[in-house]
Amino acid sequence: MTRVVVDPITRIEGHLRIEATIEGGKITDAYSSGTMVRGFEKILKGRDPRDAWAFTERACGVCTTVHALASVRAVEDAIGVSVPRNAELVRNIMFCTQYVHDHVVHFYHLHALDWVDVVSALSADPVETSNIAKSISNWPKSSPKYFADIQTRLKTFVESGQLGIFANGYWGHPAYKLPKEVNLLGVAHYLEALEWQKEIVKIHTIFGGKNPHPNYLVGGIPCSFNLEDVNAINTEKLNLVAKLIKDAQTFVEQVYIPDLMAIAGFYKDWAAIGGGLKNYLVYGDLPTKGYGFPDSYKFPRGAILNRDLSKVYDVNGKDENEIKEYISHSWYKYSVGDKTGLHPWKGETEFNFTGPQPPFEQLQVENKYSWLKTPRWKDNPMEVGPLARLLVGYAKGSEEIKEVVDGALKTLDVPVEALFSTLGRTAARGLETRLTARWLKEFYDELILNLKGGDFSTFTREKWEPETWPTECQGVGLSEAPRGALAHWIRIKDRKIENYQLVVPSTWNASPRDAAGKRSAYEESLLETPVANDEQPLEIIRTIHSFDPCLACAVHVYDPEGKHLHQVTVN
Amino acid sequence: MNNEVPSIWQSMKAKGYSRREFLFFCGVAVAAAGLKSSGLAQVVDAFEKKPRPPVVWLHFQECTCCSESFIRSSHPIVSDIIFDTLSLDYTETLQAASGFQAEKARDDAMKNNMGKYILLVEGSVPTGENGVYCMIGGKTSEQILKEAAEGAAAIVAWGSCASNGCIQAARPNPTNATPIHKLIDKPVIKVPGCPPIAEVMTAIVTHVLLFEQIPELDSQGRPKEFYSRRVHDTCYRRPFYDAGLFVESWDDDAARQGYCLYKMGCKGPNTYNACSVTKWNSNLSYPIQAGHGCIGCSEAGFWDAGPFYQHLGSFPGFGIESTADTIGTTAAAVAAGGVAVHAAASVIRKRKLVLEQRAEAAASEALYEEREAAAAGKKAEEEEGGEEQ
Repeated sequence: MTRVVVDPITRIEGHLRIEATIEGGKITDAYSSGTMVRGFEKILKGRDPRDAWAFTERACGVCTTVHALASVRAVEDAIGVSVPRNAELVRNIMFCTQYVHDHVVHFYHLHALDWVDVVSALSADPVETSNIAKSISNWPKSSPKYFADIQTRLKTFVESGQLGIFANGYWGHPAYKLPKEVNLLGVAHYLEALEWQKEIVKIHTIFGGKNPHPNYLVGGIPCSFNLEDVNAINTEKLNLVAKLIKDAQTFVEQVYIPDLMAIAGFYKDWAAIGGGLKNYLVYGDLPTKGYGFPDSYKFPRGAILNRDLSKVYDVNGKDENEIKEYISHSWYKYSVGDKTGLHPWKGETEFNFTGPQPPFEQLQVENKYSWLKTPRWKDNPMEVGPLARLLVGYAKGSEEIKEVVDGALKTLDVPVEALFSTLGRTAARGLETRLTARWLKEFYDELILNLKGGDFSTFTREKWEPETWPTECQGVGLSEAPRGALAHWIRIKDRKIENYQLVVPSTWNASPRDAAGKRSAYEESLLETPVANDEQPLEIIRTIHSFDPCLACAVHVYDPEGKHLHQVTVN
Repeated sequence: MNNEVPSIWQSMKAKGYSRREFLFFCGVAVAAAGLKSSGLAQVVDAFEKKPRPPVVWLHFQECTCCSESFIRSSHPIVSDIIFDTLSLDYTETLQAASGFQAEKARDDAMKNNMGKYILLVEGSVPTGENGVYCMIGGKTSEQILKEAAEGAAAIVAWGSCASNGCIQAARPNPTNATPIHKLIDKPVIKVPGCPPIAEVMTAIVTHVLLFEQIPELDSQGRPKEFYSRRVHDTCYRRPFYDAGLFVESWDDDAARQGYCLYKMGCKGPNTYNACSVTKWNSNLSYPIQAGHGCIGCSEAGFWDAGPFYQHLGSFPGFGIESTADTIGTTAAAVAAGGVAVHAAASVIRKRKLVLEQRAEAAASEALYEEREAAAAGKKAEEEEGGEEQ
């Protein structure tokens, strides 16, 4: 038996460490540890609730905007205000923009090097690469000369002896299965996607002033529309949004999806690896009739247990019996003892680092070993993310979701069970990128229709001034970050933040074991994974990357005094 | 070994660029860096002879928005930077290797280029509880920073986290998040902002490479090239401020005409950054242009200078008027007095502005230091109190 430590896990956001035991070429146990903490909830105390979106947005700069959205929703829920339809449409457009950007960057820049052997591309035949490219897509950059130029550039780079970000990669590892010509295609599109990704985010810049970290506003959106002035969002800016949407759809349909399907075709063995947990949780998002009407969401809300797609359970973020957080293996302590789970409203925290003093070689995994807490839904460990969203949507009968999922299963010629895997997770991310790229256009069209009808409103004024708020109020903001279910809980007293809580996607997926010893998604998904070479943990990072780890926001400090938080009532 | 490494000219040649195109590229680089064309020879020389400079990019307490911003750069584009201009030997966000292999790439880059590599740091360093609030590969961020700073030729603090602690250093700074210049005794180029503008980031790296010297810095360590002007002084909405035309409520008629956001809490008057000139995402827009006030994200301690929607009481920069609230009437009177009077007033105002900007920069630095000292004192007191219990 060998113990493998992978730290840092790179090509992720934040700081993650994986320790795994390997026996007979397979992983027999795994431990996931978040190794950085900042303390957002402590910092938010006593501040103006209308500022909270800006603070929480900084939880993550990769999935930027998602915390801002959850935050303004939490405050709006607490003070009792709903936003104009234009504001909701712009929020939906920004949401979909984030998905398309984030998922493309994940696939090409954070995940692709787990599947694409860059060094092998050096000996590819550019003519053959061109043939393959033309057979899977009508994307215009596909001539033999184009791929030959890419190859020359790569050669110059490698021959320089300065390998930069490719240094010490696992090139030549037996788990790389792509023909060298497909590897060259992957390298070409790595570069193209890197250049393209800076374009799509301009939608954030138009409506929010910048990216990363565009601006949000409690009660609406900060920008105004005016078709008679150059100093507001006018036809020219709306035209740019339309162009960016069209380009995004083209890139997703002609580059991302064909690449995903082509690469997946060579890795069907990974449809039986990395499945992990059998439970999936989704809060849902993209309201078409208002945030208060979850039935209108494009991504439906619900939970699936034991992979039973015939039943979707209701999820209620306000029910104290549903979501609880455990700290048996986290560096905190509870006044009620470390084995009891607490609902976020009653959450409490005190740092309690009991790990080895750095520098250290190995964590003490039998005790506490992470800065992440361990959330549970009705005491079940749950996987969140693109796969969960598609499964819940599929099980709930969403026609749009069924169409893309069934289409992909048919193309790859695999049964629906193939989704419960590392490959399924990676495919699901691509499929929902198709959907969000389409929805971008739908929401944009509706926005234009509203403006045409004379509705320019972007802000609901009556609850802006804190004097209009009750002395005490509380709310919840539920959302779906690209990486999965995201929720913010706020309690406001005397117009200031009394308490603020975030439970985020990577806390669900990357957390340590719970009090009962049950593993969370990362740890469970690594079991049984074959590892060809202990020194080169390619298979481990392949599965971990399929979750798209994002650790900075997964680690928090709850109420430092250990005070109990009160239940909030929301619609 | 270095002789075998191709220069930028050699790389370009290999990619099929002509000498003429190469010289044009150098010219564009000169223009992009805002230099006189007499600097061209120097640039050509720099690009022609050097192997790609080794760069180590460390990640500590951060949200990775700086890395995300960096890859948004439109000139130069990021693939040209990381494949043709630099040798980005360590960055957790993009590098292929993980774990031991990743650390080895970093250690090799440092060992083989002792005294010659550029160190880029994203994130603050928590010094509380012996550094256990941020550990990578079983080491604390402070240990890693100090090792890497040792042999660095130049050190850049990316963003507000590394420059001034940013959000995790906001009251009550639970992990004792510390900006890097407080932990190392070498000069640090601070590039604050949450995040900094993409093209500002790439321009600062390019500046160091081209001129083999750090850009001229202000008293806080920020490159003057991008941080010497207030957002307010270069804002396209400034004429509305001067005319006393303000947004009074979100999405009111004034907002729809793009009036000044000062009364909505805009921190542009206190914020030194290039947003209103360089703008964001390929010079497209910036927060004020999209209707929201500046939150001052490049200023030290900006999280504690809020609330964001409370407007600044008064600020220096206007010699004639004591507060901005009275500016409207004053400006109207000036207009009535005729163009000559206005021009004279402008000259006087500009002269005073320059003097006051200098005074203000010094004052704001003093204020920041004072606040930090007070916070440190309070923290020490608390810790003492804790021990007594």
